[in-house]
Amino acid sequence: MQSPIESRKFKSTTRRELLKLTPLIALGAFAVPKLQEPLLKSGLSFSDWMSKGLFRRHHLATTFSDSQLTPLDKFYVNTYDVDDPEVDLEHWTLKVGGAVQKAGDYTLASIQALPKFTQNTRHVCVEGWDVIGRFGGARLSDFLHMIGADTSARFITVRCADDYYESLDMPTALHPQSLLCYEMYDQPLTREHGAPLRLRIPTKIGYKQAKYITSLSVTNVLKNVGYWEDQGYSDYYSL
Amino acid sequence: MWAIGKTRAIRTIIRSSCEDSLKENAVLIENQKTGKTTSAVYEHPYIVRLCHWLNTIALFVMIGSGLQIFRAFPSFGAKIPEKTLVNWPKSLALGGWLGGALQWHLTFMWIYLGTGLLYFGYQIFSGNYRQILFTWKDVPGVWPMVRHYFFFGPKPVQHGAYNPLQKQAYTSAIILGVLSVLTGLAVWKPIQFSWLAWLIGGFHWARLWHFLTMWGILAFVAGHLIMVVLHGWQNFASMFTGWKKDPDYLSE
Repeated sequence: MQSPIESRKFKSTTRRELLKLTPLIALGAFAVPKLQEPLLKSGLSFSDWMSKGLFRRHHLATTFSDSQLTPLDKFYVNTYDVDDPEVDLEHWTLKVGGAVQKAGDYTLASIQALPKFTQNTRHVCVEGWDVIGRFGGARLSDFLHMIGADTSARFITVRCADDYYESLDMPTALHPQSLLCYEMYDQPLTREHGAPLRLRIPTKIGYKQAKYITSLSVTNVLKNVGYWEDQGYSDYYSL
Repeated sequence: MWAIGKTRAIRTIIRSSCEDSLKENAVLIENQKTGKTTSAVYEHPYIVRLCHWLNTIALFVMIGSGLQIFRAFPSFGAKIPEKTLVNWPKSLALGGWLGGALQWHLTFMWIYLGTGLLYFGYQIFSGNYRQILFTWKDVPGVWPMVRHYFFFGPKPVQHGAYNPLQKQAYTSAIILGVLSVLTGLAVWKPIQFSWLAWLIGGFHWARLWHFLTMWGILAFVAGHLIMVVLHGWQNFASMFTGWKKDPDYLSE
């Protein structure tokens, strides 16, 4: 043991050590009502930014065998408004616009003419539940090529018959498992599951899987991100 | 080569200064008015203290917001039919609604992870981990400590800053912290971290493990707080200033 030190000197040492912890007070900003919202928004943006870094274009979502499927009647129907927005299936077309060479109205038959892909993938709701479903449709990337989309644009947006709206970043839209889905469990989409056409993006959270879509656009600027995103949910939520 | 050599050299210096040699590092404090002397030991380095409190705040936020997130689907089974497991009062939860709770959770998880990584890096680099790492050597000392704490047994002689039971608790807490991050990653990104989700039994199990890990951490926190109360002010203050006055192991 060294020679004794004065208690006054010791006190100033401990005080200095205590003061070194003052940066912790900065976290108190989260308790200030005015700062809380912008701070949490930037935290969520940081999380999304990290998510973009973690996303791998060619990494496939896990697929499942038919025996692992959740039966269709146990596939929860989740809507924000109405289960059936009463789409006129006979006269339905998909309005295509934005940064594309062939804007216009596309019939379901023209989408079904593209190669069909069927996959059993997990649908994960932001609430925490999940189901494994069988989805069939055309690759979104095939459709984007058909309409002459500028795939260097940043986003695609969709609008739905029930006024729901969504957006996707281009790398996710071009992912090989991202579908314009017109079949579930080998049957045409039922009305409550989004007839006649919905998004099926297995690498994204449930609220990105827009149903009853009526228009699609390619763009570099998002005015609104999506129905739930605009209320405070993650813009990017990838799985 | 140079870097490795240097790292080793620094490690050796720090190791010799903290490993079971707290007695040697004790200082005597003299009150000049009364002439009384007390001893004190610098037990908790700055990074450890900073990480401890940052992590405490982050953990508090993670559990509060986690409970709110759980309220959106308080089950581990199917959605149809949904069997509610437990629904705690909203007053215990943080964030107000699912979206708000997710904002808290997805913001503070980076602080939680960051303090964890900083702590890990520091402990390994400095060799300070020896203070709290539970090893085979500590196994024989566990039962005497349990007897002392719970069955009024005699107090075993303590060699380091922490007794075997404390080491066991701190090591478990760190393992639980790692598990909370890994299970959380599997819930947040079951596709990008599909190997991790697969390793712990898929998305369903990841969610359950994440939940159980929280209870494990809460159990540690409860025990930790009881011990803090039992050990008095000097012990508590040392997590703020680093210095502990009159530690038990100096008088033995």
